[in-house]
Amino acid sequence: MSGPTSEIETLIEMMARLPGLGPRSARRAVLHLIKKRGLLLMPLAEALRQVGETARECLTCGNIGTGDTCAICASEKRATGEICVVEDVADLWAMERAGVFKGRYHVLGGTLSALDAVGPEDLRIPKLVDRVAAEGVTEVILALNATIDGQTTAHYIADRLGAGVRVTSLAQGVPIGGELDYLDDGTISAAMRARKSF
Amino acid sequence: MDWRDNGSLLSLRRHGETSVIVELFTAAHGRHLGVVRGGTSRRLAPILQPGTLLDATWRARLEDHMGSYTVEPLRSRAAALMTDRLTLAALNSLCALLSFALPEREPHPALHRRTEALLDLIGTNQAWPLAYLRWELALLDELGFGLDLSSCAVSGAVEDLAYVSPKSGRAVAAEAAGAWADRLLPLPPALLGHGEGALAEIAQGLTTTGFFLKTRLAPSLGDRPLPEARQRFVDLVSRQA
Repeated sequence: MSGPTSEIETLIEMMARLPGLGPRSARRAVLHLIKKRGLLLMPLAEALRQVGETARECLTCGNIGTGDTCAICASEKRATGEICVVEDVADLWAMERAGVFKGRYHVLGGTLSALDAVGPEDLRIPKLVDRVAAEGVTEVILALNATIDGQTTAHYIADRLGAGVRVTSLAQGVPIGGELDYLDDGTISAAMRARKSF
Repeated sequence: MDWRDNGSLLSLRRHGETSVIVELFTAAHGRHLGVVRGGTSRRLAPILQPGTLLDATWRARLEDHMGSYTVEPLRSRAAALMTDRLTLAALNSLCALLSFALPEREPHPALHRRTEALLDLIGTNQAWPLAYLRWELALLDELGFGLDLSSCAVSGAVEDLAYVSPKSGRAVAAEAAGAWADRLLPLPPALLGHGEGALAEIAQGLTTTGFFLKTRLAPSLGDRPLPEARQRFVDLVSRQA
């Protein structure tokens, strides 16, 4: 019995590098693709080729699109004067899935990190400061992770922006579907501090 | 090999897709790294934040191995400190300095006790910046670069101490400093443990401890630059002074 050819082995090795996949699951996925050649493999190959040729970072916000300016930055409807600052593109997409924010975004590309020697100049913070001044922004919403690095970055950005613009951040507390018994005490104390009239 | 100890989390970094490598400052085992399996999960991620006091059990096949931790939270501190930029900066500075300065797997029980006390104090009252300054002195002392602020290096006087010699790390009285005063480092009362520790004095004190961290401690560790987190904390203290 012969195993996969070198081309197929190469494909398996590349698939195994994807998040969530290991060698075994990559092998299963490749086998499935080959069995569904017309239905999956060829359209996937074509889609990968197209994305490979066209995908690029938006020069304004850092979102990933197919042109120099992403669809959100290009849309006049999104010029509400609000910018939502997120850590990476996955967070931007999560916000878009929720569909509650109608303004524009700014992707930092990470957070300040002493451990990884990531400083302000390694992120898109200077670009954010320029945008706030140039686009007549009235509110900057800091939608950064509720982690030490995320909040350190949030405080740094608030300092850099100064008092000329309203700076807000996402609320912190009990998640939807969360049970108090299972929450850590830090989350409960944050929720308690941020309690509101009912 | 296994042991169980209490320790505060100094830093963490992702390891693969679901695990993290954490760095704890434990009471009996010093600064010690280990893998936490499933550390990125929704259950563990909120717990694994710098500053959190953990009950940790470490296991490894051989002592030299990095090993893995199973952890239970004892005290979560990050949420309380994240809301204020100065307390957050202090937490970052403390964790970064310990991570920078302490050798791995070498116990420092006195510094550990002091660190735990400081972590519990940050943000709870007005005196915590003073406690932070004194903690930096204790860190220098623990690592063999302690300052002698008990008497004047020139005259032996114990009153009116106003400077620290950058060369010897000893106190100098204002009168004895004479024309050399502008070459000496400031010795605010806060550094001697006197007074209420106004932020302006704390900033001066941090200049002095920073000098010795940079010129004595850092060269002994391969001349690496001091963590940026400390400078951010010092900048914030200076601005708020």
